[in-house]
Amino acid sequence: MVFAVVILSSLSGFFVLDSYPAPSSVCGYPLLFHSCEGRGEDELEDKKNLYSFNCMDWFLLPLATDSMIEQVSKAAKGRFIGDPSHVYEHLEIHKQGEGDKAEEEGIVTKVKEENRLAVTVHQIDEEASVVPRGAFVKNPHGLVQMNRTFGGLSQSEAGKLDSFFHFCKPKNLNKKSILEMGELNPAIDFLDVLSDDIPKGSWSLQFECASRACVLRSLLWLGLTFYHVPMTPQHGYIYIGDGTKNLDLPFML
Amino acid sequence: MDPPDGNQDFQRALQLAASFKTFMLKSSTKSNLNLYDHLTRLLIKVMDEQPQNVADVIEDMSRDVKRGLFEDTQSSLRDLPQTTAAELLAEQQRLLFSRPEDAEQENELMETPLPNVSEIGFYLEQAGVGLGREEMQRVFLALKQLVESQALVRCRLWGKILGIESSYIVAEADYREGEEDEEQITEEVAEADEREAESQENDMDLLPQSTYKPPPVVPKEATGTGTNKSVYYVCKEPGLPWVKLPSVTPAQITAARQIRKFFTGRLDTPVVSYPPFPGNEANYLRAQIARISAGTQVSPQGFFQAGEEEGDEEDETPRDTYEVNPDFEGIPVTEMADSLSSWVHHVQHILQQGRCTWVNLAVKPEDPNEDGEDEEKEEEPDEPEPEVGPPLLSPLSQDAEMFNTPPWSSKISSALTPQHSVAALRSNLWPGAYAYACGKKFENIYVGWGLKYAGEGYSPSVPPLPQKEYPSGPEITEDLDPSLEEEQALQEALEEQQAAQEEMEATDATDEEEEEDDN
Repeated sequence: MVFAVVILSSLSGFFVLDSYPAPSSVCGYPLLFHSCEGRGEDELEDKKNLYSFNCMDWFLLPLATDSMIEQVSKAAKGRFIGDPSHVYEHLEIHKQGEGDKAEEEGIVTKVKEENRLAVTVHQIDEEASVVPRGAFVKNPHGLVQMNRTFGGLSQSEAGKLDSFFHFCKPKNLNKKSILEMGELNPAIDFLDVLSDDIPKGSWSLQFECASRACVLRSLLWLGLTFYHVPMTPQHGYIYIGDGTKNLDLPFML
Repeated sequence: MDPPDGNQDFQRALQLAASFKTFMLKSSTKSNLNLYDHLTRLLIKVMDEQPQNVADVIEDMSRDVKRGLFEDTQSSLRDLPQTTAAELLAEQQRLLFSRPEDAEQENELMETPLPNVSEIGFYLEQAGVGLGREEMQRVFLALKQLVESQALVRCRLWGKILGIESSYIVAEADYREGEEDEEQITEEVAEADEREAESQENDMDLLPQSTYKPPPVVPKEATGTGTNKSVYYVCKEPGLPWVKLPSVTPAQITAARQIRKFFTGRLDTPVVSYPPFPGNEANYLRAQIARISAGTQVSPQGFFQAGEEEGDEEDETPRDTYEVNPDFEGIPVTEMADSLSSWVHHVQHILQQGRCTWVNLAVKPEDPNEDGEDEEKEEEPDEPEPEVGPPLLSPLSQDAEMFNTPPWSSKISSALTPQHSVAALRSNLWPGAYAYACGKKFENIYVGWGLKYAGEGYSPSVPPLPQKEYPSGPEITEDLDPSLEEEQALQEALEEQQAAQEEMEATDATDEEEEEDDN
């Protein structure tokens, strides 16, 4: 399975617009990041991200570590430039001592755009990757695999946010009460539900094509579109945007 | 059996029989039948029918009896097939595909105000944007319907604005003379009525009058000029009715610049925001469309030329008319993609005031507006001079850079065959705004959330400081509480005074008595 993320940089580059059916190809647009995820045996764990400018030459994206995430969140601001070797610099001034004796010490954080890209892709995966309920199962050994018998959500299920999961390691699942946990099916409900997202309303759920296709748009990551055709196993998502999180969301609802 | 024992045995047998009968009477949990009733019915059936070889057919008879008692829990009525959303939509879109019967051949060949949407769709696809071929075709038919129903002179697809619940497809049309004025008159009448009603209310109850005077309202631009140059129609889905958007006021544009809200997809939703937005979502949508148009409607340089009516004496006012340059030869695609100076804005810049042409508000020139993140370039807010925006048809290379991002990104659709490619332009300030140019053809489209790029984060404007409720002076300031000594001193003084008064009264009383005695 390949999910695509297209990040628009300000240097140049264009993108395919989100529409249903989802664009089959994101290729052919030079000088922008295309990132694809290769997955291994366990769909949740084994991820490899590759990126490319022209869909011909592919580069491996480094894994996002916690320290890298911290550095990026400090230094990288604004839009992507479109040059993986571009270095973002951020000067942080710490004051030591008190009063007049305070010594100013500048700490420079330097981040390469390649690392920023890795972190952004990681964050999008964490916060906005979506799968319909039942599309993936966890087998008794704890391995997450694609459910080959998945027949799609029903029309009414597809109209509810509860039927869609974040495709990343669950964070809220263990915080649920036993009463709520009792109703969950351990093989299927091992992921976080979209309807638990904060703030409420960070997803826009619409039906298109005379309610034959269900389209979910993330308002937190503007540009992330998920589609699912009810009663068929077809689903997928694509992110085409400038790679910045919509931090203004609480004001905009 | 012996009689003495027999009675007991009989009793026991009866008891056994009774318990067995209750066992048989116990109805099954599945079918709610019991064996006793079943056997009774079976034997009655045997007695009635008296078939031959009863012992052989008893099983079949038993089954028949059971079948006869079968209760049909399912309704035999067939479900009424519900009309699906697909059918409803098909019903609505059917009109788009039906061909008018009385249309003659000549009519169809006449020049139409409709743009060639298929061609535009093809070029947009080359440029990497668009709505998809199927939707484009439906939108095209919907535009055709709009042109036919409203008798529009010119109409183009402006774009699509995404909303939380549904999206808007926006069509831009030239304003037709005559029709708009009526609307304005009715609006004015309504406003006048409101004012009258207000004044009447004020006469009735004499509440303290507020000394607050609202800043003068910037007058709306007349239809056909400035921000109201074109009229816009929106619909949710091709085939659904087109709704005409109201014309925009400068107040709405200034308010829209200060807020960041998603569109919901329902035109009558109130816009809950701070600072308050004057109007509902339809007005907000219209204001955003005006801002986006002013910022991102571009054309190749030379395609339009300034209107000829503009004389030299009118240098002060920015020109607002242009016409198609018949001598335009087209600019090579590579040049269009390389330099921004080969693109020009062909929609007037909106000033801080919220209008395209500056108007002097007699008393005060205008509200100084600190909101710095407005269109491309702005003057100092407290400049007393009339605001002047960049002139019409000014090149894009003069656009100001904001948030350290160039305002535009350009590219060529295919680097492999540049001869046949198109030059495409993407706005970084209004994510979702695109333009392409290919030879003499160009088009602008906007597909997005209708929000401007806000840089590092939007901070809503803070409410103003509360006003003073009353002027504070010595006459209304509270005195300090008196101390114990002061109180005692006051009390003593009062007591002395009282004593003196009593004495006076006593003497008066005796005098009076004496007088009475005299009488």
